[in-house]
Order: sequence, then C-alpha cells, then structure tokens
Amino acid sequence: MDDDQGMRRSVEELRQTFKSGKTRGVDWRKAQLRAILRLIEENEDNLFQLLQSELGKHPVESYRDEIGIVKKSVDQALSCIDQWMSPKKGWLPLLFFPASRTMLPEPLGVVLILGSWNFPISLILDPLIGAISAGNTVMLKPSELAPNCASFLAKIIPVYLDPKAIKVTEGGKEVSKQLLEFKWDKIFFTGSTKVGKLVMAAAAKHLTPVTLELGGKCPAIFDSLPNSDMKVAAKRVASGKWGACCGQACIGVDYMLVEQNFATTLIEELKKTIKMFYGDDMRNLKNISRIVNKVHFDRLRNLLEDPTIANCIVYGGSFDEKNLIIEPTILLDPPLDSEIMNDEIFGPLLPIITLDNIKESIEFINSKPKPLALYAFTKNQIFKKQILSETSSGSVTFNDTMVQFACDDLPFGGVGESGFGRYHGKYSFDTFSHEKAVLERSFYLELEPRHPPWNVFKLEFLRSAYDYNYLRMLLLLLGLKKP
Amino acid sequence: MASEQVKNSAFDTEAASCLVKELRHTVLAGKTKSYEWRVSQLKGLLKMVEERDKQICDALFSDLSKPEMEAFIHEIVLVKNSLKVSLKKLKEWMKPEKVKTKLGTFPSSAEIVPEPLGVVLVISAWNYPFLLSVDPIIGAIAAGNAVVLKPSEVAPAMSSLLKKLLEEYLDNSAVKIVEGGVSETSTLLEQKWDKIFYTGNGRVARVVMAAAAKNLTPVVLELGGKSPVVVDSDVDLTVTARRIIGGKWACNNGQACVAPDYILTTKQFAPLLIDSIKRELLKFYGSDPLNSPDMSRVVNSNHFSRLSKLLDDDKISGKIVHGGQTDKSELKIAPTIVLDAEEDSLIMNEEIFGPVLLIVTIDRIEDGIDFINSRSKPLAAYIFTNKKQLKEDFVSNISAGAIVINDISLHLMVDTLPFGGVGESGMGAYHGKFSFDAFTHKKAVLRRSFLGDAPARYPPYTAGKLRLLKALLDGSILGIIRALFGWS
Repeated sequence: MDDDQGMRRSVEELRQTFKSGKTRGVDWRKAQLRAILRLIEENEDNLFQLLQSELGKHPVESYRDEIGIVKKSVDQALSCIDQWMSPKKGWLPLLFFPASRTMLPEPLGVVLILGSWNFPISLILDPLIGAISAGNTVMLKPSELAPNCASFLAKIIPVYLDPKAIKVTEGGKEVSKQLLEFKWDKIFFTGSTKVGKLVMAAAAKHLTPVTLELGGKCPAIFDSLPNSDMKVAAKRVASGKWGACCGQACIGVDYMLVEQNFATTLIEELKKTIKMFYGDDMRNLKNISRIVNKVHFDRLRNLLEDPTIANCIVYGGSFDEKNLIIEPTILLDPPLDSEIMNDEIFGPLLPIITLDNIKESIEFINSKPKPLALYAFTKNQIFKKQILSETSSGSVTFNDTMVQFACDDLPFGGVGESGFGRYHGKYSFDTFSHEKAVLERSFYLELEPRHPPWNVFKLEFLRSAYDYNYLRMLLLLLGLKKP
Repeated sequence: MASEQVKNSAFDTEAASCLVKELRHTVLAGKTKSYEWRVSQLKGLLKMVEERDKQICDALFSDLSKPEMEAFIHEIVLVKNSLKVSLKKLKEWMKPEKVKTKLGTFPSSAEIVPEPLGVVLVISAWNYPFLLSVDPIIGAIAAGNAVVLKPSEVAPAMSSLLKKLLEEYLDNSAVKIVEGGVSETSTLLEQKWDKIFYTGNGRVARVVMAAAAKNLTPVVLELGGKSPVVVDSDVDLTVTARRIIGGKWACNNGQACVAPDYILTTKQFAPLLIDSIKRELLKFYGSDPLNSPDMSRVVNSNHFSRLSKLLDDDKISGKIVHGGQTDKSELKIAPTIVLDAEEDSLIMNEEIFGPVLLIVTIDRIEDGIDFINSRSKPLAAYIFTNKKQLKEDFVSNISAGAIVINDISLHLMVDTLPFGGVGESGMGAYHGKFSFDAFTHKKAVLRRSFLGDAPARYPPYTAGKLRLLKALLDGSILGIIRALFGWS
C-alpha cells in the first residue's frame, strides 16, 4: 500500500465487508481458519527458511514457538468455535417472570493487529485466529523489523484468506501512525511499553478498546534444589533465556534470583547446559537465534561494555558483529542501579542476583514494575503460596519456563507495565468479541407498583420485591398486609 | 466561591501524589487483600445504606428533586442488592479457577488466580450520584483494591454527603474521596492508577483514556448515547406506553444513560402510540406535570439551557406534539414528545439526556434496524414486538451494550448480565460478578514438576525432535510413541 488514499480504501473495504454480514457466519469463520492451517502447512519449509534467514531460528525452534503454536491455536478454535459462539442463557429471579436472559457474543467490527518482529509469524497469526473466530474483519501490520516475514505475509495471506475481509499493510513507524489515525473497533498490539502508550493514546481519540501485549523484566526465582531437580531446572532456565529467539522474547527469563550459597552451583550447571545446548565455540554456536538487527546488537553490546557490568561477566560475553550473534552470557551481581537491571534486556544476557535468603526475592520483584511472567523453581509449598499471593505478574509458572504460552486454557496477558487484555484459546475469541446482554420480557404480568404516581404502598411493595420476598408482595397486593 | 478556591488550591499534584502513595502503601502491606477486610468494608457500606437512607434520599432531592420512590428503587435498593450479592458470592469469586492442561505440558496443573489490581480511581456521574459512585466501589473493594472516588461536582449535596459517610463507615487508609470539578479531576488523572472506572460522556471519556495511556492504565468507560426503542404495531399499547414512560420520565426525568432517546415506529402506528403515551402520562403525572412531585428536575441551569436550545431549534418548530412547557426557576421541563424532527436538527444528533422523547416514523418496522445501524452503537437498544422473527433480527443485527425486548432499562437490575457499552457507548462492563472482574487481574498459574522433561524442547535440535514436537502439540499419543521410538 503506497499512499494514504490506498490505505483509506482498504479500511473502507474492510468496513463494507463487515457491514455485509459475511464475516458473521460460522461457515466463513471456519473456512478462514482452515485456510490459515493450509497456509502454514503448505508453506512450512518456506517459513522455516524465512525465520532462519531473518532471525537465525532453527526449524525446531520455529516449529515450537511459531508454526506449531499457530497450528495448535487453529485446531482448538476449529473444534471449539461453535461452543464459543453459542449464546449463554441464564436464570432470572421470579420477580422478572416471564423473562429470559442471554449473553450473546458479537464481533466488534474492524480490528487492527500490530505484530512484533521477534515471533513475526505467530504474533500476527495467533491474534488473527481470535479475530476471525469472533467474526471481525482485520487489518494486519507485521513488524518492519522482520521485513522478509512481513512481505511474505503480505503476499501469501491474500492468496489463502478472504482478501476483502483480511488485509495486510507493510511498513514502519509512519505507516503505523497513519493506520492509528483510523477508527478501529479494537486494536491488538504486541510490542514495547513505549509504543504501547502511543497506541493507547491514539485509540483514545476514537474510544477504541485496546489489548496491549507488552513485556518487562521477567524474573526467575531459583531456590536451592536437590541435584537431579537442579539439572532439569537449569535446562528449563537455559531454554527460557536463550532458547526462544535468543532472549528476544517477551516472556523470556530476564534475570535470576538465587541464594548466595547456591549461586556457584547454579552457574556451573548453567555453563554445562549452555555447552550441551549450543556448544562453546563462539564461531560455531548452534541452535541459537541471532540478534534481530544492528540497532539491537549495539544496544546489547553497550549494556555489556559498561565497565561495571563487564566486571560481572562469569560466562560468555563475546560478540560476532558480522553475523549479529551474541554468546549466551551470564553476569553475577551487576549493580542494581545499572541499566541492565532496570531496562528489559531482550537478549542473551542473564544477570544473576544473589540474595541472603530466597524469600527476599518477593520484595525484590515487588520493587520493580509488574512483569509479564514470573518463574519460580522451588519445591517449597509455603514459598509457592507466598509468591502467588504477595507478587503480581501476568502469569506465574512454577518449575518451568515459557510453557504457559502453549497452554490454551490459561489467559495470556500482562498487568501494569506488562500490558492489559489477554488472549489464547477462548480468551482470544473474547478479546475480539462484545458480550451483548439480552433481556426478553413479555407483555403479561405488568407489576403496577413499578410506575408513578408514587405512594407508600408502592414503595413497600418494591422493597419486598427487591428482597425477593414473594409472600409479602402477595399479601400487600391482596391487601392482607398494611404497608 | 471563595471557599471553592481555597479547596481548589488545596488539592494540587503534590496532594494527589501523597494520597496515592498512602493508598499504595496500604495495598503493599496486603491489608486490602484479605477476605475479612473486603467483607468488613462491604458490611460497612451495607450498614451505611441501611442507617443513612434518609440522608441519601434528602441529598438526591436537593441535587435533582428526585422523588423518594425513585431514590429508593433506583439507587438505594440497587446498591443494597449489589452488596448482598457480593457478600454472598465473594468467597466463590475469590477462588482460583482450575483449568485443564494439555499432554504437551504433562505433568502439570494450571489455575487462574484472581488478584487485585492495586489502587483504582472511580469517577462518577451526577445523574445517579449515589448508585454510580457506590456500585463501582463495591466491585473495587470486593476485588481487594484501594479506591479513590471522585464524585460529580454537579450533584454537590451527594458529593459532600458521600465524603462524610464513606469516611465514617469505611477504612480511611484504603478508601478516599476527593471532591471537586475539572481541575481536581485533571490533577487526579496525572497520577498512576491501576484502573480507572469512569461514568459520563464520550468527550470526557476520551480525555480520561488519553491520560490513562500515559501510565498504561486499563479503563472502564461507562458512557451513553442515543438509545433507540423500536415499537411494532402488534404490541399491547398500554403496557408498552407505561414501560416507555417508566424508562424515560420515571428514571430521573430522562437523565439516565439507558433512557430511551428516540422511538422508531411506523407512520400509521405513531398516532396510536402517541395517544397512548399521552393518556398514561396523564395518569402518572396529572395534568400539570411541572408541579408533579413524582418527577425529578433538570439538574442545573446549564443543562436546562442545553435542553431549551434543543427545543428552540427552528428545525423542530411545529414538531412538538406534546408538552414543551418549561419552568426556568424550578428547572422543570414537562414530558415532551417531538414527532419527526428534521434529520439535521440538533436533537436528532445529540444525546438528549432529558425529558424530551423523539418519535421517528419509518415506512416498515424492519427499516428500524438500518436506521439504528447507521448511527453510533448505543448503550441499550429496545424493541417492543410479539414477532419472533423481528426479535431475532433485532438481536442479531443490532450492536449495542444491551438489548431489551418488551421492556426498558430493566436489564441493569439483573446482576447476572454484564452492564456496559460498545463503540461510542463505552468499553468494559460491571454489575455482580462482572464488577469483581472489572477490578481484578486474572493471573495465569502453571505448576510443573521436575519429572517428565521432554528433551525435544531443548537443543541440540534434530529432525526427530521436530517430529516429536509436532506429535506433542497435536496431543496425539500414538504420534508421540512413534516419534519416541523413531518409527515415523
């Protein structure tokens, strides 16, 4: 889309399509969902290649974090959509008799989905599944920082999906700004806190509801564990730090909290795990994604080159500027007021903060903005309970990392600085739906005391009515009881 | 005026930030989180409503000349019900919800834990100044938050009464009231809140949401709009007329966000409907409605002149088929019906929010749906009909906060229905459990054990791992076994 006029026409067409009612039918929704499934199945190799070239993602990683996630979401949507769409009928007090109450989900209209570069396929297609399931028309704006994936989506989506109802706009900041000028019925944004604020401010002009999927510094609490558990836990931390797009993930582990006397054991185990997973030859690291671009590469390098930080490196720390690769790096106790301990890292650097007692981690976490995910490795049930009730985060995962993302029955979304609104499974459907309240009455049984002129009798009658005191209502009506 | 200025200068950014700091301290100390605290506050409110109902009615009379009956059934009793439901259900609402997990994360268990958002701001409106202040507070407290209430300065008697009562009956370290107008509201909006719950109009709502964006604060916006009523010709005329009057003039004289704004009916049927509304109006309010004690007044002279301007518009001269009398000194306007105002008149395009009812005639009753759809989404859409097909078409084709068939406004008394708008009529919903949810973060919790660690998740990656992963995500046991044994 090259000009403003073209964009306007596209949005207008999406609105016309929505008005035509075409996207409301369950058949249309299912057909589009099946088309997404076909799209990823028929283009799997293509997608593997794209993700490999754009972010250095290994196909297994790509399947686990992007293609597989999308496939699973479509499968679930297809098997549940009839149930999601069905009106929910409910009980009403006798007072309203004869009457019925229903909650009917309806599509919001024309929605805008702004994707992110770190999971350039799934962060576009996964919300799209929700938007389609709910019966909306959709404008997609993939991130310009993963340009090959963006143009692939722009090319392939019109081939598989209804081009009058689902459109893709490519472009950067300027294009996003233009898009945000339009009136949308919902904006779904995945990205940074800074841009999230701009998106919401733009949405305010049109009273458009937003879902903001942001990030934050996700902590991993690491309690002292028996050796065999510790080995499993270290693998899971490594996987949650370096395994998903090389730390460039909103739910990736940002930093770890561990007891002083356990730190060495943990670091040794992490080193072993890194070697096993990725190898220790900087020139030949395997199975790890690269940094998305030079800007982010420099940002991460600057973090590390700060002398107070460089002193804390206990593992890794090498760069390959040409290939935009940064080695898995572990830092022990960087200063708490340093940039690396205050900004979201979004890269393969792992600070480990030592505490005298692991219980102090609760206070530590509470002193920072609410994270999208909180991880805790512990077998202590009391501590688990404390973590749950005394900290706040989008999600809490005990003894693992990242897997909550794949659990459809759990809502995925942040709180506070990590965003608001949620999706996945039924929550995706809800995010793009309005739950309309429907109350139906008949003309019979008009309760006279509802209407003026007011008098003491009517007041007493209504008091009883609200208390659902039917006997008293009856007695009042029959004149057997004085108001 | 002088005292007003003193008050204004007293509440500056520093005072606001102190206030929020104190509340944040209370929240961090964990006080508001316990079931016991929440119940004690809800009980405090219940006690307040029961002991002070007379004062509440008096304040409503002073601000709006609201008849005692209306004050009771629309404000006091609704608040009481809301409290009773919350007290009865709170334990259940606070329980974590278990959810099932898939084979891919086996062995694991998952649950959704409701947790308070933190410190929330409630900005309420003047038309139901008691209900719209206390009902959201009930939700905020039930969910375990600390609250600041900013009641509307347009209903000053209720504003100062609320300040007095809430301070007397509730925990002052967790619930605060800031009185004032635009300047106090702006000062409050500069602060970081964990939720803002606003009831009012679309213009201010945009300001509220833009301010919220700076701190990434989620908002609930309870707005209004022109709520339509479609009246078919096969209805029970008397009941229909009574219910329309009940929802229009007997609800704060049309100054309600869910009040009928305009009626859509056929040309042939309009005269019959008008006659029957006139007849029932006479029964309800007598021949001199300006002096009826059973009707609220217009809230203040600003709104009175706004409404007068709507009626003085040249484009509707000669279209007033009933009423039109006004009494400026008493701020009263008689129930007024305007028939077929011109499309570009002010009254056809602005939310009326007063005792004027528009009647718009259409050729076929089915055209009503297109008419409504050509405008902003209303908070409520009403239809009176006995035709099944028309009901179905209305429900499935009209987008509105709520739809009520054969009655008016009654949905807001049903605590098992979400109350809230869509599009221009707002976002978010409350009442009953929905109020609790509006002020709650649903935290996803996944518990894993150290057993059953699937190596396919980890590098070094191989083709076999890809196959296993596919099978795991599929949840196909056979596939998993085949992949594990290398058979596929």
